[in-house]
Amino acid sequence: MSEKKDIPEDMFLAPENRKHTVTGPDGEVIHVDPLNDYFCQDLPKVEAPYKGVLEKFLNWARAESLWVLAYGTGCGSIELPPLFSPRFDAYRFGVMMRPTPRQSGVLIISGYLAVKTLKRAIRSYEQMQNPKYVIALGSCTINGGMYFDSYNTINRLDHYLPVDVYIAGCMPRPEAILAGFNKLKERIKSGNAEGANHYAENLEWYKANQKKIIKDWNMPTYNW
Amino acid sequence: MNEIIEHIKKRFPVYEIGEGPNGVILMSVEASRLVPMLTSLKTNHGYSILVILSTVDWLEDCKFQLTYIVNNPEEKRDLGIRVFIQREDAEMESIHTLWEHAATFQREIKEMFGINFPGSPGVDDQFLLEGWDNKPPMRRDFDTKKYAEETFFPRPGRETNDPAAYMKQKLYPDE
Repeated sequence: MSEKKDIPEDMFLAPENRKHTVTGPDGEVIHVDPLNDYFCQDLPKVEAPYKGVLEKFLNWARAESLWVLAYGTGCGSIELPPLFSPRFDAYRFGVMMRPTPRQSGVLIISGYLAVKTLKRAIRSYEQMQNPKYVIALGSCTINGGMYFDSYNTINRLDHYLPVDVYIAGCMPRPEAILAGFNKLKERIKSGNAEGANHYAENLEWYKANQKKIIKDWNMPTYNW
Repeated sequence: MNEIIEHIKKRFPVYEIGEGPNGVILMSVEASRLVPMLTSLKTNHGYSILVILSTVDWLEDCKFQLTYIVNNPEEKRDLGIRVFIQREDAEMESIHTLWEHAATFQREIKEMFGINFPGSPGVDDQFLLEGWDNKPPMRRDFDTKKYAEETFFPRPGRETNDPAAYMKQKLYPDE
């Protein structure tokens, strides 16, 4: 019978996942715990737009390359794949899909949004980098649609996330979504698509609405 | 088929034998005899698949109805067994020992109807409703419309017509 030895907690972790220290270029020692969930504690700040021609140029550049987060909620997510097929070909409008929130600038809420899904949508939206825009598809995001009296789906999205363009329909066809993208481009070029700034300014109101329905709020207030 | 029903009738207090949609034989049994009956059907009669476990809320009778539909893959035949339990402090014996996936059905029923299944693995875990602190929403005395109006900021301007009143107005405007 061999006695039980003291086994360190991280014995079965891969070496890069164990707690370790790193020495920086200036000699400072940084303690790293890779399994800890790090996030920024800062609340979002309003980024004032530039003035004059520079902002117009930037808006033109932003409008011509819309990178969409490949994320679908509800039945509208089935309308998005044909958008990128040769028949509708959203690439010719500068619209393309990206796999992660960090790389994308447009969040499409495609249909009804359950409370459980709203939590994930908020996390995804807050992790996206400025400038960022929200497109809401379908009547469910406008006034609840056919789920207006459901116990678990939200009625209007603009109380929880700043919506730039609503596309009506149940569900909107890919042509309608293309029209919505063009509408969003017009909005960006005219300098009205300041949803991220609106979210930062009215963060308390948005957070109060979100926390009213997400009762087990087990994430940071603003998480990214 | 009749042989099996006769055989079950002899051994278990079965009542209300009827035929449901698509030729499914439905029968009711006392709640305390359900698990022995399902065990017998599974081991002796080849009903080896649990197709679904569903619930009906009979609010007026103060009862919950649980329907267990089992399938015999060799004879390609379904059999439905109904059980009525009290609505107050509803509790039912778990059948996860017979079919593992019954635990998922029971977890969902616990959340949506508040029927407890003691001993079922993970029956108290959240399934769809995270942080739900109200009455179980599928119970018929839970007013979903009122809850949604109080919770989800309804957009003003929405009109809803009662179908009966609308058709009466349309067909018989003089009355």
